Amino acid sequence: MIGAIFPGMSGENKLGAFFTWDYHRDMLRDYSIHGILACGMTIVILTAGIDLSVGSLLGMTGMFFAHLMINLQLSPAVGIPFSLVAGTAAGLLNGVVITSFRIQPFVATLAMMVSARGLAKFIGGGRKIQAGTQQLPAIFEQISSQVLNNNLAIVTIIFLASMGVFWLILNRTRFGRHLYAIGGNDEAARLSGVRVNLVRTAAYGIAGLMSAVAGVCYAARTYYGDPEAGQGYELTSIAMVVIGGTSLIGGRGGIFLTLLGTLIIGYIEKILSINGVEIAYRFMVEGAIIVAAVIIQQTGRRTRL
Amino acid sequence: MPAVEMRNIRKSFPGVQALDGVDLNIWPGEVLALVGENGAGKSTLIKILCGAYHADAGEIFIQGEKAHIRSPQDARALGIVAIYQELSLFPNMSVAENILISRMPKRQGIPMVNWSRLRQQARVALDTIGARFDPSVRLGDLSVAGQQMVEIARAASSDARVIVMDEPTSALSEHEVETLFQIITTLKKRGVAIIYITHRLEEVSRVADRITVLRDGKYIGDLPIADATKEKIVQMMVGRALNLFPKEPAPIGKEVMRVENFSRKDAFSDISFSVRKGEILGVAGLMGAGRTEIARAIFGIDPKDSGEVFVEGKKVIIDSPIDAIRSGFGLVPEDRKLQALVLSMAVRENITLAHLSDFARSGIVSKAKERREAGRHVQELDIRTPSVEQKVSNLSGGNQQKVVIAKWLGVKPKVLMLDEPTRGIDVGAKAAIHSLMCKLAASGVGIVMISSELPEIMAMSDRIVVLHEGCITARLNREEATQDRIMMAATGG
Repeated sequence: MIGAIFPGMSGENKLGAFFTWDYHRDMLRDYSIHGILACGMTIVILTAGIDLSVGSLLGMTGMFFAHLMINLQLSPAVGIPFSLVAGTAAGLLNGVVITSFRIQPFVATLAMMVSARGLAKFIGGGRKIQAGTQQLPAIFEQISSQVLNNNLAIVTIIFLASMGVFWLILNRTRFGRHLYAIGGNDEAARLSGVRVNLVRTAAYGIAGLMSAVAGVCYAARTYYGDPEAGQGYELTSIAMVVIGGTSLIGGRGGIFLTLLGTLIIGYIEKILSINGVEIAYRFMVEGAIIVAAVIIQQTGRRTRL
Repeated sequence: MPAVEMRNIRKSFPGVQALDGVDLNIWPGEVLALVGENGAGKSTLIKILCGAYHADAGEIFIQGEKAHIRSPQDARALGIVAIYQELSLFPNMSVAENILISRMPKRQGIPMVNWSRLRQQARVALDTIGARFDPSVRLGDLSVAGQQMVEIARAASSDARVIVMDEPTSALSEHEVETLFQIITTLKKRGVAIIYITHRLEEVSRVADRITVLRDGKYIGDLPIADATKEKIVQMMVGRALNLFPKEPAPIGKEVMRVENFSRKDAFSDISFSVRKGEILGVAGLMGAGRTEIARAIFGIDPKDSGEVFVEGKKVIIDSPIDAIRSGFGLVPEDRKLQALVLSMAVRENITLAHLSDFARSGIVSKAKERREAGRHVQELDIRTPSVEQKVSNLSGGNQQKVVIAKWLGVKPKVLMLDEPTRGIDVGAKAAIHSLMCKLAASGVGIVMISSELPEIMAMSDRIVVLHEGCITARLNREEATQDRIMMAATGG
């Protein structure tokens, strides 16, 4: 077990691998898609909401993208925007259901999680969408490539750029402030003239948009559209947000904390898998580490107060 | 022999000497009012008595015997019970279960609840304080006052010798307060000692036998009730003479807002009134008379069945708080923690929340500008906070209320409605908020002040409307308003 956590201590010489950039590049590449979802999840959780549909929306938009690109052979200039619009629309629908019918976010997005998965299967008739005899459009290769002498994946750049944009939104814009206000006390926000329903709907719309970004990246990375893609990703992205320290009660947290959470989960999984720890043990260790991480960051907060 | 005697109690927290040699004693059958501003040390003293904190130094004697209170259980065993503002009851259970939660009567031989005995014992407990409701009712179905009576019944039935009541009337209507006072009289007759903590000085003289005043963690003195004038108490509390109601007449101008024929079924009907520039309009009435409901309907929070609002003579349509703010309204709501403040946010963020667009260029907010604006308000309103980045949750009630008012000052409203602006706030902050209202009026704002406190209504208002069961029953000028006339109208007489 100790070997599992500290790579250098396991009999084989993995220590060397940990100190090469390739190792970190691969970790970042592998968890960028989760991280992109976690960006959207962060703002939803800041409003004291939750979005369970992001994994299914990833699958649905990935299928949609593959359909437009591979089956219909459209240009990426059409395929990408349409996929992003589809994800955003589904997210906005979540928001409208939640705000207009006063349905709990958990329930509304659970319903979307199920429906979107169905739609993902419908698009491909239950099967994956692959290039087969046709040529795979170049955009797939381009998105899954690496730049700077193979040292940085495009998906990682997309992930880090999203982080930057979200930081700007949360810390510098009126919209960001309103998100925090709604999460802290939605009644006070409403009485102060904040358009609570509009802001909340937009938060889910943005979570849908990020699901679509992740869906396009996922399809590009795997070279096909997979109706099962993104299963369980909603829970991983929630874990990333929460481990960072953003409160599920709403109003407290931020995007850098989510970056921290993404790195923590990414490194745990990477270290465990590179050391050949069996999947059964990996799950158990991961669960324990999630709890430990949250306890550590809570005690840290208490002493600061 | 005193029921409780606390001698030379000291307690410090990091950076603060919360209690600096405080004495307190109370005799069986006596009601002692413990008064002082926020931060004077009342709560700390009570928490030490009830075992929630440990004193750094000092002694406690219960019935003449030295007591070592190390936990709330110890305090309870000595017959000391506290009834806090936040009720510690189970709304999902019956009244009877709540009263006897820690000592349910069991059937002989088997560990099962004897329900008929339970109801019987609960009945007895309720009777001793003169409460008449059915013990099998679900607690959550009772009013706040009813729930509080259950809590008192629980304390009384567990042979409490000392009952501490912390702001017991803050959520009660006038009528319910009367009932509470009757219960206190009953408890006194049974020899129970009562420590009564309140900000409402009018209550002190009605219910207490003696007053102990604390200031800045120090024992200032005791006053027998006969010698305790309000002025004297306030002077002891704040250490100087203080005018609680610094009313300054402002030049009264043109009508700034008019409400016509406001009605909503089962809430209020045919409400019409107006406010002029520079005027403070007092809205009096008992709790539940519809005062808050009318303010909420004007502000677009709740719907109305009919009615029109005019601002500076022009009709405005208000369907949401956003419309209201655009039309020139501000609202300081009844409950600042639930309705006015985002407690997880800083003072700065709360102050700028209602007019954030003033600090933003194409959506990007300038924190430097915000800081300047918030800093200006903090200085002008004398908000006691280490910095504008402090979380509002760390401020005292009075300072929190000033933050709420500062939020509206930035919007520059034409009409500011304040619902119970000084409830639960200590006297110093209360006077400050009153003088702030006068200043605002003088600058041409029309002010609507809803209050349950008659002295506040009479001292601060230029005109008064009185509500009873959703209807206006009196309109009085400042000169013709007397306590009797207002109460007559408020009770429908």
